[in-house]
Amino acid sequence: MASGTERSTERSPVSVADRSNRSAIEARDGLCSAAMRILVIEDDFEAATFLVKGLREAGHVVELAADGEAGQALAEGGDYDILVIDRMLPKRDGLSVVSALRAHGVQTPALILSALGEVDDRVRGLRAGGDDYLAKPYAFSELLARIEALGRRRSPAEGETVLKVGDLELDRLAHRVTRGGRAIPVQPREFRLLEYLMKHAGQVVTRTMLLENVWDYHFDPQTNVIDVHVSRLRSKVDKGFDRPLLHTIRGAGYMIRDAEA
Amino acid sequence: MVDAPPSRPDRTAFGADRLNGGSAGHDIARGQPAERAGSTSFLGRARRTGYGLLGSTAFRLSLIYLAVFAFFSGILIAYVYWNTQVIFYGQLVDTIEAEAQGLAEQYRIGGVGRLVQVVNSRTRSPTNTLYLVSDRDGTALAGNVSALTTGALERSGLMQINYQPYEEAEDRQHQALVHVFMLPGDYRLLVGRDIEERQRLINLLTRATLWGIALMIVLGVGGGYYVSRRVLARIEAISDTSRTIMHGDLSERVRLTGRGDEFDRLAENLNAMLERIEQLMHGFKEVSDNIAHDLKTPLTRLRGRVEAALRGAPDLAAYRDALETTIEESDRLIATFNALLMIARAEAGHSGISFAPVELSAVACDVAELYEPLAEETGVALCVTADTPVTINGNRELIGQAIANLLDNALKYGADGTDGTGRGGAEITVAVTQVAGAAELVVGDRGPGVPEADRDHVVERFARLEDSRSRPGAGLGLSLVAAVARLHGGALRLEDNWPGLRAVLSLPARGGSAERE
Repeated sequence: MASGTERSTERSPVSVADRSNRSAIEARDGLCSAAMRILVIEDDFEAATFLVKGLREAGHVVELAADGEAGQALAEGGDYDILVIDRMLPKRDGLSVVSALRAHGVQTPALILSALGEVDDRVRGLRAGGDDYLAKPYAFSELLARIEALGRRRSPAEGETVLKVGDLELDRLAHRVTRGGRAIPVQPREFRLLEYLMKHAGQVVTRTMLLENVWDYHFDPQTNVIDVHVSRLRSKVDKGFDRPLLHTIRGAGYMIRDAEA
Repeated sequence: MVDAPPSRPDRTAFGADRLNGGSAGHDIARGQPAERAGSTSFLGRARRTGYGLLGSTAFRLSLIYLAVFAFFSGILIAYVYWNTQVIFYGQLVDTIEAEAQGLAEQYRIGGVGRLVQVVNSRTRSPTNTLYLVSDRDGTALAGNVSALTTGALERSGLMQINYQPYEEAEDRQHQALVHVFMLPGDYRLLVGRDIEERQRLINLLTRATLWGIALMIVLGVGGGYYVSRRVLARIEAISDTSRTIMHGDLSERVRLTGRGDEFDRLAENLNAMLERIEQLMHGFKEVSDNIAHDLKTPLTRLRGRVEAALRGAPDLAAYRDALETTIEESDRLIATFNALLMIARAEAGHSGISFAPVELSAVACDVAELYEPLAEETGVALCVTADTPVTINGNRELIGQAIANLLDNALKYGADGTDGTGRGGAEITVAVTQVAGAAELVVGDRGPGVPEADRDHVVERFARLEDSRSRPGAGLGLSLVAAVARLHGGALRLEDNWPGLRAVLSLPARGGSAERE
């Protein structure tokens, strides 16, 4: 496993797909970077500095608020793409900030960070109006992948019936996968795995994101269970084709993209 | 006949007087409370001296027992006494009434003259019955009674009087129960019975009872004190031992008498509790030792590596390498901490953990499916038997994590089951069944298994069998499964799979339809 620092530098040129292109979800090489405006609400100075630095290096515009009230005021006033909110904040608790924002009609996607390790914390965070939840301590690569996935959430991938990456096509209605016109037989779970990867084409998807979204579990599997699933899928999708689409991003996760496109 | 009519009012008077006689019996019986009061004052005296002597529980207990005993035996004695009185007086009154009935008959036939005649003939021979016929001046016309309580003949009815029989010359009064009748022409008839003998008998009995009560109190206080003393001495012994344990070491135990009575059971339970506390203390010490080992070792490695990198020549590649391994090491530390926290949370109980109906078979299938490719890659066949839906009340995340840990464990330790046996492929079985109200999830492998003596031990935090110490893993997997099982009111059992390990996660099944969270 590689370090998060290494990952962030390696990862920085890749960013979300151009939001204006809504006809099909296709992976980009990321050079047409669409930087996001991110508001970080975090009271720990060192953690905040590290976070802001990392996100800026990844090409985003970042603002910082050190307490709940200031954060809420900024979030209500400014036009942000993503909010990163610490759970425990001075003056106003992170969860109440999120629910207040939702009550005031602010729908900006919010990622909640928490040092609490309670089993049901996640559920509470999402119920308060958060869109994703990450327990501390986290790897920066994990946070970045989740932030970018959240930013992409605004795109209408949900509505697409056919997802395309290069010559790989996934028909969500017919439950059919083809590459270059050739049908690829996949198991139901492999279909969901591929669907999630293609929905986030051009983005890094971490192992825990896959476990959460494809299997709906939030624990850490102790061994490389997800890797084996992905490599199995890869052997179906990429084997026999000269251009690999499913890439392993060292120290972070996986990404599906067509490098030639 | 002119004299005939009075018999009728007399007869009614008989009836009414009989009722009176009955109530007279009552009154006599009510003398009893006074005697009981006497016995309580006895007790009161005993108590007072008791307080002066000893304020111990032994004495208080024996007094309480005695008071209760005296109260109930007093009630019993009173009841017996009262019944005896009622029967005794009832019989007496019946006899007097019968006698009077006969005389009334004679009177109706021949008036006063005939009555005097009959009474004279009856008193000629010795008799227990008392008769007296007198005229309006009070002069006796016939009968065997000489002196009477003055005014006894002034009113009719049943009464208790003193009299003097004819035969006895000396001035000795006898007690009698008599019925006086007013006859026309101011004549009076008295019929009665001597009750002196019976009264004496009753007095004797009363005295004997009182002495008996007194003796009972003395013996009761003494005996009760002795018995209580013996009982309390054993409690005192237990409390002495516990004091020693509090001050000294936990290895001390309460001594058993071997009689198998309540005190032995108490002592046994206390000893079992001490055993458990000692075990927990030992476990706690072991856990902290293990935390020290399993967390400090990677921390030391981590620190050492960073230090070495800083000491060495400033080389970018070496720095990078050191930082990467630092992150790896800290990730492992975080995982260990997370597992520890999760176990602690699960063991702390329900707060903060939401429960909902969970379909165990579905979760088992999900997790097995998650691990299936890994198993295949390891060369292990994963067989799942979970066709019947079994619903439990629980937390899906924790249950899923527990099953994942069991599978992880089976893959880690059960994969090399084919070593030397040549059975042609290891196998891990996952099965969900419902056994009499309990949902059971069984994960079986064909690995070396766990020796029976070690099975309790491997469930403990950080426990790893010696020969697996070299392998990766913090040794928290099974502890977490056990904690999750306990949280759900179930248990984790480790059994022999002949060969291999069979881990049974037994959870209370939930009635009703199978629904997913």
